[in-house]
Amino acid sequence: MAKRATLEPLLWLLFSAGGVVAALVIPVLLLLFGLVFPLGLSPPSHEHMLAVLGHPLSRVTIFVSCTLLLFHSAHRVRFTLYDGLQIKHLNELIVLVLYGAVLVGTVAAGYLVWQLP
Amino acid sequence: MSEEPTYTPFHPRWYRPRMSTWWWLKRASSRAFILREVSSIFVAWFVVFFLLLVAAVGRGEVAYQEFMAWAANPGIVLVNVVSLFFVVFHAVTWFNLAPQAMVVHMRGKRVPGKLIAASNYGLWVVTSLLVAWIILAGSR
Amino acid sequence: MDERITLQLARYRPEEEDEPTFEEYEVPFHKEWVVLDGLNYIKDQLDGTLSYRWSCRMGICGSCGMTVNGEPKLTCATFLTDYAPGPVRLEPMENFPVIRDLIVEMTDFMQKLTTIKPWIVRDEERPLAEGEYRQTPDELSEYKQYSMCINCMLCYAACPVYGLDPDFLGPAAIALAQRYNLDSRDEGSDERLDLLSLHEGIWACTFVGECTKVCPKDVDPAGAIQRYKLDAALASLKSLLLPWGGK
Repeated sequence: MAKRATLEPLLWLLFSAGGVVAALVIPVLLLLFGLVFPLGLSPPSHEHMLAVLGHPLSRVTIFVSCTLLLFHSAHRVRFTLYDGLQIKHLNELIVLVLYGAVLVGTVAAGYLVWQLP
Repeated sequence: MSEEPTYTPFHPRWYRPRMSTWWWLKRASSRAFILREVSSIFVAWFVVFFLLLVAAVGRGEVAYQEFMAWAANPGIVLVNVVSLFFVVFHAVTWFNLAPQAMVVHMRGKRVPGKLIAASNYGLWVVTSLLVAWIILAGSR
Repeated sequence: MDERITLQLARYRPEEEDEPTFEEYEVPFHKEWVVLDGLNYIKDQLDGTLSYRWSCRMGICGSCGMTVNGEPKLTCATFLTDYAPGPVRLEPMENFPVIRDLIVEMTDFMQKLTTIKPWIVRDEERPLAEGEYRQTPDELSEYKQYSMCINCMLCYAACPVYGLDPDFLGPAAIALAQRYNLDSRDEGSDERLDLLSLHEGIWACTFVGECTKVCPKDVDPAGAIQRYKLDAALASLKSLLLPWGGK
């Protein structure tokens, strides 16, 4: 009798949480910081951004959200590579690369929110 | 049993075509599915973009202005426009599928699917307004 | 009415050829005819060598699943008028080995179905003298939708994950497992969890949703699987955080 998958359900929970975060906050943030501010409407002052991002609640939220978003992305890309490009036989390499990237991203996010003045 | 089983010569030769790598191009719903999955790449791009913003804010006023100038590059704007499309597509497909994935009972009765989807969309609007207000209020 | 419609049928004769070929037949075009009527006309009048499955001709036995113009359909529930002026292309259901003409090999599904224990599992059977297991209408409605499955396997034909990985348990098997998990009389959720929680169980599913779209009985297997993913994931979390918790 094969073993129950132990890691997969947890990865799926992270994927789902990340999916909810992505759906709720990315559109507005991408709209503002990706289009509106760079192109037209004058962006918030640096002082204000520092105050908003530097708030302890913000730091935690940003760190947790980025982690979840990265897990969401890695999970979906992994399965798309299995089903879309049919490279499931490269499973070990895919997992290494994708979750390695998640680890790097998570560490980077943690460092960046920690070092905000 | 030294004799060959007599049914062997009549065993059907099954035809098993291999699934093409481009299977998802055939149907409109498959194409939409792959687009939905590909949206995850743009989620990862957003994380990179946002962390660059955080890094710039952390380094100071000048770095922040430089980030805004960089973000105004036509190439970056194009990437962000495409990303925005994909992220909205992700959000819409996610919220539309939520009723199928979640069965909620309240006071013994099942909450209708449309209500679950509507609540999700409502939450989206509220969250977006809240985030926008936090960022825009007290600025300039 | 003298109208005709052309049916293009996939023929596969393993004793003669390595790959399927297509042959065209013209059948009468009646507005009340379904594709199955066309097939029966061909077999009766035009070509008796055609092989295909059918039985009840009313959408309850699940025998007549085929690929009609690229979509998995029950041929007894698909009207010729929907494809006028034709031609109508008929192929065996996708993702299954083809035995002959329009007939596919189904053993894989039948075997998977038995592994998920599609029956009421009790820790202890109640003696007959104690009477039947009673159930309220609300308890019935919890699983009723999933009990509508007629094992037609159109969902497997539509599922790209099953096509890519035949080890995948598949939509109908998981939906039927849920039918029993959600039945108030059943006590076998844990036993089924062991099987469903494998990599080739629910975790191979990526919620494409095609299975639900093609299901002729509105079973919504995709929904069943996603709901179960949450239950299974929380059970996994619980056993991780509280390993001493009993069964």
